[in-house]
Amino acid sequence: MTESAYNFAYLDEQTKRMIRRAILKGLAIPGYQVPFASREMPMPYGWGTGGVQVSAAVLTPEDRFKVIDQGADDTTNAVSIRTFFERTAQVATTTKTAQASVIQTRHRIPEEKLSEGQILVYQVPIPEPLRFLEPRESETRKMHALEEYGLMHVKLYEDISRHGHIATSYAYPVKVEGRYVMDPSPIPKFDNPKLGDMAAIQLFGAGREQRIYALPPYTDVVSLDFEDHPFEASKADHPCALCGAEHSYLDEVITDDAGGRMFVCSDTDFCEARQAAGHTGKDAA
Amino acid sequence: MQADTLSGGFADPAIQSAHAFRSVMEAMARPGTLQDIAGATPPAPLSNAAGAVLLTLCDTETPIYLAGDVDCDAVRAWIAFHTGAPITGPATCMFALGTWQALMPLSVYPIGTAQYPDRSATLVVETPDLTQTGATLTGPGIKTSASLSLPDDAAFQANHVHFPLGLDFIFTSGDRLAALPRTTEVQ
Repeated sequence: MTESAYNFAYLDEQTKRMIRRAILKGLAIPGYQVPFASREMPMPYGWGTGGVQVSAAVLTPEDRFKVIDQGADDTTNAVSIRTFFERTAQVATTTKTAQASVIQTRHRIPEEKLSEGQILVYQVPIPEPLRFLEPRESETRKMHALEEYGLMHVKLYEDISRHGHIATSYAYPVKVEGRYVMDPSPIPKFDNPKLGDMAAIQLFGAGREQRIYALPPYTDVVSLDFEDHPFEASKADHPCALCGAEHSYLDEVITDDAGGRMFVCSDTDFCEARQAAGHTGKDAA
Repeated sequence: MQADTLSGGFADPAIQSAHAFRSVMEAMARPGTLQDIAGATPPAPLSNAAGAVLLTLCDTETPIYLAGDVDCDAVRAWIAFHTGAPITGPATCMFALGTWQALMPLSVYPIGTAQYPDRSATLVVETPDLTQTGATLTGPGIKTSASLSLPDDAAFQANHVHFPLGLDFIFTSGDRLAALPRTTEVQ
């Protein structure tokens, strides 16, 4: 079967209309999880089916599409999703953040500031920030309706009482426009400050959990914290070993079985652009 | 059946609806901006923009309320042929279509429930003129402030008070549209 046997961007038009309506309601109620009839995709749940369905609903043939997985353009998941839309939507693709009009991401926000006209699509595994505190959907839905978020603060408080600080380091809960507590997907909390000061449209798709939510540009997003334990966007306290960047989020890479390790930018495009511009770190080849 | 019932839809539905949706989404994400939208030529009195919005978002799963002059045989037949959307009353609609006066009062439309605020109507308001002047808008999607010619400031202020419940509005005029979600503060 050839690629042209599929509808543009794989999904049928009725499915795209359903997803598009959910996206619009998501944008109208920032942080609220809109239920949608998630479809079976030609990849397993957990591989970004929510993000893929949202991307399929927003892509046009003129778009330039970028996919990152933990910041990297060259992992299996990123390559396969990028190829999927090259074949089914005939879109151009890129690894350059600034050149992309639609960026699908798993667990990172690019280091480079996004601009108006760009769309950031997140792959979300568990959209419900209260799920690990309250397993019943009927209850978490009531808690959102009543704005009853005390349990989340108790969880953060227990972090402090056990570890001396808020130990949650990724999927750090945020409050959107002073109303909904939202899971920003498992991005490192280093990325949380970028959520609110964003010129691009942010769309979140959870395929298995069948939820879509959204942040319009310049939405008020606050990471939950306490007055005496303020939110801190932390990262590994090293410069990038390849490009020397001091303020990018770093991956720790184990290099041998004798305790050797190096810290490198998780955003491969950011790191490569810096290296091309002549920046070098201590382990640069 | 009139000849123009069968015409005026998207010639290339997948591509044209993708473009039209991006216009609608940009409008909803950035209240106060004007977006071009094309691809539909519905029968009078519908604007091309309103026609494109219906083709992009409506199908058999979305009951539509036609208010006032747009509730005519030509429009009903066109919507039936191109979208299959059922026509219903204001209290049970997902989309409502008409001029501002015809759509009144706003209290009859579903504004969602506390647990499902997304189950609210979207009103497609046919507007003679759409300009970035008039009421001052602030809120999500707006960097500092924006302006948009609104038919009635007080109605949108009252709608915003319901947040997170409330109605969302798409204003259509000729080949352009703007949007006003419930989050926007109008002054």
